[in-house]
Amino acid sequence: MDGTILTKTVVLDGVKETTIDVSGRDQWGRPIDQRELNIEVRKAIGEGADRIILEGVMGQRYIASAATNRCLYIGIKGTPGNDLGAFMDGPTLEVFGNAQDMTGNTMSSGRIVIHGNAWDVTGLAARGGRILVKGSSGYRVGIHMKAFGSSKPSVVIGGSTGDYLGEYMAGGTVLVLGHGVPEAESPVGTFIGAGMHGGVIYVHGRVDEHQLGTGAKLCPLEAEDREAIEELLSDFERSFGMTEERDWERYSKIMPMSSRPFRGRFDPTMVWP
Amino acid sequence: MNAPAHASLDDKERVFDRIIPDKFRPIIDRNACLNCKRCVKECSFGALEWKDDRVVYKGGCVACQRCSAMCPARCIEIATVPSGLPPHASYTERVRQGINAQASSGGVLLCSCGTDMPYGMIFDDLILDAAQVTNPSIDPLREQVETRTYVGRRSSRVMLSGDGYVTESDGSGPVVAMDMPIMFGHISLGAVSYNCQRSLFQAAKDLNILAGSGEGGLHADFLQFADHINGEVASGRFGVTPEYLRRTAAVEIKVGQGAKPGHGGHLPGEKVSDLISQTRMIPLGTDALSPYPHHDIYSIEDLQQLIAALKESVEYRVPVGVKIAAVHNVAAIASGVVRAGADFITIDGFRGGTGSTPRVIRDHAGLPIEVATAVVDKRLNEEGLRNRVTVCAGGSIRSAADMIKVIALGADVAMVCTSALIAMGCQVCQSCHRGLCAWGIATQRPELTSRLDPEIGARRVTRLFHAWNEELKEVMGAMGIDAVESLVGNRDRLRYFGPNQKIAEVMGVKHVGEGWG
Ligand code: SF4
Ligand code: SF4
Repeated sequence: MDGTILTKTVVLDGVKETTIDVSGRDQWGRPIDQRELNIEVRKAIGEGADRIILEGVMGQRYIASAATNRCLYIGIKGTPGNDLGAFMDGPTLEVFGNAQDMTGNTMSSGRIVIHGNAWDVTGLAARGGRILVKGSSGYRVGIHMKAFGSSKPSVVIGGSTGDYLGEYMAGGTVLVLGHGVPEAESPVGTFIGAGMHGGVIYVHGRVDEHQLGTGAKLCPLEAEDREAIEELLSDFERSFGMTEERDWERYSKIMPMSSRPFRGRFDPTMVWP
Repeated sequence: MNAPAHASLDDKERVFDRIIPDKFRPIIDRNACLNCKRCVKECSFGALEWKDDRVVYKGGCVACQRCSAMCPARCIEIATVPSGLPPHASYTERVRQGINAQASSGGVLLCSCGTDMPYGMIFDDLILDAAQVTNPSIDPLREQVETRTYVGRRSSRVMLSGDGYVTESDGSGPVVAMDMPIMFGHISLGAVSYNCQRSLFQAAKDLNILAGSGEGGLHADFLQFADHINGEVASGRFGVTPEYLRRTAAVEIKVGQGAKPGHGGHLPGEKVSDLISQTRMIPLGTDALSPYPHHDIYSIEDLQQLIAALKESVEYRVPVGVKIAAVHNVAAIASGVVRAGADFITIDGFRGGTGSTPRVIRDHAGLPIEVATAVVDKRLNEEGLRNRVTVCAGGSIRSAADMIKVIALGADVAMVCTSALIAMGCQVCQSCHRGLCAWGIATQRPELTSRLDPEIGARRVTRLFHAWNEELKEVMGAMGIDAVESLVGNRDRLRYFGPNQKIAEVMGVKHVGEGWG
């Protein structure tokens, strides 16, 4: 096979599905250039595709960045590169494999479902939409997520995460389920919620005081938290065909100490010229 | 005066607040005063009050001139009051004021505008050249003097293809054409009022130049100006939506700001009004925090990635630039930024303005824009990168003369902020961070913002920069230069007439008296 992209469109029951096969390699064995792939994806969107299936993705970055079509579904087979769905506002992305760094960077709305692991900084600065990761994720998950009005971002990680979970968080919800992590260990790292001033982090499993970052505190789980978790859990179950236990006593909840962390830090006294 | 014995510690401590007297004081000519109370209403800092049938001064004057400008009898004069503090050359009044304020609050001192420390302006030590005899000057009224300026990436060379057409190599990027080498810097909604931003955007449209959006996103009403807006992507990512990226004429990643290099942004909850909360897309009354770094940029490679993500998101239709603060290693950083794919790079000098910053950073960190521009231009030239990018430079461009000099030092575009604000009433009182601006500029209070009429603001800003551009043409004509591009980096048309020859050497500018040879 040479380094060309194979595109094929079928209409089934009124649904227009475009399959874009990027498994080709050039003469030196390198994968298709990300720019070409993205042009092809945008072309398919422009032509009114309802579903786009990407085959043989190999680290190409910025897939579906700034895409806005709310009804669009993009299925990705292989491993997409960094910034998957960056600045996205609306579509649903489903990855049948692992994702890399900064999945859903600054996304406004939409849905990203990952059947494998997602690497670092998943959900960076998202202000809406949902990211579901069946496996684990790395450092800085949910960093600086924010919420406004009815748009509240949420990130659910099935496995564990690294340090700085929810750092600088200003809104939204992060849920870590801790699959595969022994009960005696914590599924999350240290500096959790460092500098956070909004939003909430739920961890299914152990979180000790020393793991918290500055500005974050552990809180007891309330009825409304259980409702919020229940909604996320059922979405997770539906997305991956799994069943989760409702053992509420194992959940830890992390909240910001204040929505005004800088209050009192500054002295606005008039400066003398 | 001793506090009574039963007074609390706080009461007893109050004496310290009296040590530093006010620096300014409105002096009212009682004979002329009409007792109309206008000044009391106008003073947003609450320095005047109506008491015992007359206006009395309560304290806290910032010399913003609002009362005296609005007084129908023109009978208020703002006086600078000698402090009466024992003089000391090292422990100046300013130093002692800072110490006292911090001993009372324990806080980081805030301030606004550009630094007022007497570092000296290198611009004022530079003298322009003019043409005589062998290189005749041009009369800009009779002949065309071109000031059109392009922002974006250029191809590194043009070639003649086999079939006789001129082609470019190394891909030029999209460019934005501006009628003059001026752009407004990033002044965000939040730092300034709706009316102020509207004035700036309208002026940018009328002048056909770019205006920075600031990091606060774009108000829906301002989408009509999107063709003239340079949309900022800061670490807080406020308001960065696909529509914002699609509609603005350029996109700029903010890494740093001259007034606060290395510092993030912090809009206190008090200023997060309804309007700001909607535009920034954050809840009402919470602090709007822009982290100090971008959490996806820890290296040039990471920066390259964000630039690429944005280019991909704007579908390569508009230039993507990067703004950095002028810091000591600025030349190497600029080189990395250009290599990372920036189509334009903005360098913000240490005298640049701000709506709020810790004073310790504003006054003590960074590099003057004159030097920064010259060393960046030199470095990019040495590395064969200069002709590929647009270099914008700002941070205390106060006049057409500064603009001309910064261009001759190596910038394509002069970025201005404070001068535009002064045009619409700002008195540089350095109180923006208090959110009480009496001129309706740096405030979100409706009763104050209504003081600035956006039409008048736009008109005054438009006139100002139109005039600057005419002055630029005059000077270029006098130099015998017919296109501003020929002035860019043309240090030979500058001479240094200052105290420190080393500065001239670093900038690559000859001393006065040294000839062409
Ligand atoms: S505005 Fe002028 S005339 Fe009116 S009260 Fe004040 S000082 Fe008197
Ligand atoms: S914008 Fe207003 S508060 Fe800020 S310096 Fe100017 S006059 Fe003073």
